[in-house]
Amino acid sequence: MTDILNALVLFSNFVLIPSLAYGSQLALGALGVTLIYSILRFANFAHADMMAFGTMVTVLGTWWLQSLGISLGPLPTALLALPFAILAAIGMSLLIDRSVYRFYRTKRSSPAIFVIASTGVMFLLNGIVRFIIGPNDQRFADGERFIIRAREFKTLTGLDEGLAIKVSQVLTVGIAVMLVIALFMFLQKTRMGKAMRAYSDNEDLALLSGINPERVVMITWIITAILATIAGTLYGLDKSFKPFTYFQLLLPFFAAAIVGGIGNPVGAIVGGFVIAFSEVMITYAYKKFFMYLLPQSMAPEGMMQLLSTDYKFAVSFIILVIVLLVKPTGLMKGKVV
Amino acid sequence: MRKILLAATILATMTGQALAAETIKIGVILGFTGPIESLTPDMASSAELAMKEVSDSGALLGGKKLESIRADSTCVDSAAATAAAERLITADGVAAIMGADCSGVTGAIASNVAVGNGVVMVSPSATSPGLSQLKDKDLFFRTAPSDARQGQVIAAILKSRGVSEIAVTYTNNDYGKGLSDSFQSAFTAQGGKISMVAAHEDGKADYSAEVGALAASGAKILAVFGYIDQGGKGMIQASLDSGAFDKFVLADGMFGDALTDAFGNDLNGTIATVPGAESQGAKTFSDMAEKAGITVGGPFTGESYDAAALIALAMQAAGSSDRAAIQSKMMAVANAPGEKINPGELAKGLKILSSGGEIDYVGATNVEFNKIGEVFGSYKEMEIKNGKYELISVR
Repeated sequence: MTDILNALVLFSNFVLIPSLAYGSQLALGALGVTLIYSILRFANFAHADMMAFGTMVTVLGTWWLQSLGISLGPLPTALLALPFAILAAIGMSLLIDRSVYRFYRTKRSSPAIFVIASTGVMFLLNGIVRFIIGPNDQRFADGERFIIRAREFKTLTGLDEGLAIKVSQVLTVGIAVMLVIALFMFLQKTRMGKAMRAYSDNEDLALLSGINPERVVMITWIITAILATIAGTLYGLDKSFKPFTYFQLLLPFFAAAIVGGIGNPVGAIVGGFVIAFSEVMITYAYKKFFMYLLPQSMAPEGMMQLLSTDYKFAVSFIILVIVLLVKPTGLMKGKVV
Repeated sequence: MRKILLAATILATMTGQALAAETIKIGVILGFTGPIESLTPDMASSAELAMKEVSDSGALLGGKKLESIRADSTCVDSAAATAAAERLITADGVAAIMGADCSGVTGAIASNVAVGNGVVMVSPSATSPGLSQLKDKDLFFRTAPSDARQGQVIAAILKSRGVSEIAVTYTNNDYGKGLSDSFQSAFTAQGGKISMVAAHEDGKADYSAEVGALAASGAKILAVFGYIDQGGKGMIQASLDSGAFDKFVLADGMFGDALTDAFGNDLNGTIATVPGAESQGAKTFSDMAEKAGITVGGPFTGESYDAAALIALAMQAAGSSDRAAIQSKMMAVANAPGEKINPGELAKGLKILSSGGEIDYVGATNVEFNKIGEVFGSYKEMEIKNGKYELISVR
């Protein structure tokens, strides 16, 4: 019996919990990408850098609050700074929309032009963030780091394997769930949410039925800015804030959104978890796991690793290719332009 | 008209030569832009500190001055680095080059430009073992030890501490791979067991997969050969977060206060190696550097000072700033026999050489070249105790 428990704890500690947290981070990012894609109809390459921008404001706000001696006790101070960062990110998003994207929208430019414009915005934000906070790694997490440490868990339960749960992991999963529920309520129940879905389904028909397109666009940018800032802050609390790493997140975001079915919010969430779990599960070495479960005589010789961790990134892209071959619209039915 | 132009040209060339007779140019090619741009200003200043000391002494070849010409190696772009070195050698006419910094560009400059033009190159920081195999016609020297040596030192430290099994992760580039390979061969040769090796990519979003696999191998200690502000730190954080490892073995790229500031007591018992020595020379150099406004303790500053000092001393020993002459005396001034010369004693060294004596340059980093012009190198063994690095021994 303890062997089975040990195996389960081992699996949770190294596979389940890290992938759950990473999956939530990817899901929030992919949601932002997918919303812009379904409503504004282009792949927004600047999304990861908007995340970096929002997080940067959170970091600066956290430092300011810390210098004033304000803290949230066991919770990270960053949560207090988050609302201000969201406002800053919304302001930046709307400013960019007014100055860049609206020009192309009134011209009814093709999605390809929007994508290129968003690449330009990506470099701009990249530069702004580096200019203000610099390219270095910044830590801004404070408060309690762990809910339970691996060593404490061992002494508490008497098991051989430890289980570590971090505050940031619980916050990430918890806030992600709340955010997703709130987003779906908004899209399904409110007038504006319905207007957005209508606009996404058929722009011209929506215009005919009296929906104000500029308002839909504005609300979309506001929602994505909120998602980006929260996702970025949660990621930074769990790992750390470094502009270059945030820029690199763009690729898994798009992979998640496309696997799940781009333009479909449920798909973005499913995709995020598929990518995160496949990266960890396929490259995990199951030797110890099976040693607990199987009788001694059947103990495995090798590491029981399906693929070396060197192929971690290949895994998510192989899944991407397979999904696109077998089901081009993604796991959930997404949009194909 | 043509005659006037010609006369003017000749005059200009002659004044140029007249000036050149007073000052000798030395190229300082480092990555002033790029991944190590935060380290290079102090390295260049250290080299220029040595040049200034030599110039101020008035003893170099009857009172000549050294002039530093800086150029950008970019650390990563071999083509740009080669072009910059080309300019130094052909347009600026430098007598020798102090540089380059990163192993990749250093190899490119050495084989594309320096060797062809017969220019001595002394790198203060290129540590890739691959550079030992360079076909350099004895023109390439380095004051930073090869990572092949660091791998052996780490293995020896682990042996003395009775560690018999270890998991290894390295950053997936020339530095990480070279160091990891040399460590693995040294560690297995002494009977140790490497339970698993997993490379990590820098700047990635998540490292739990790598840590999970390494933890499953059953080793209790993880060797991290990476960068402190990159994936190396991510690997350590993911290990501590999941409780996979709490003891680490770190190489020079992971050494720094950023790590202890971030994790503090969680890292107690972690061992690190970093090039350097606790010699009299190192102390003198750090005092001098502090006065000159150079960040003390920055990596490769002592090596940079030594690189520039060696070039000047070789010039003096040869009695000429001719490129081939410098090359012929590099080994002689760096190695025994002769009077030992510490940092701040360059004037003394120059005088001994001009009177026909011999010197053995020790410098800030205990310079001693092996037969292919590389320093043997000494490493500090550090251990984290109470969240701070403490020096254990020098190897």
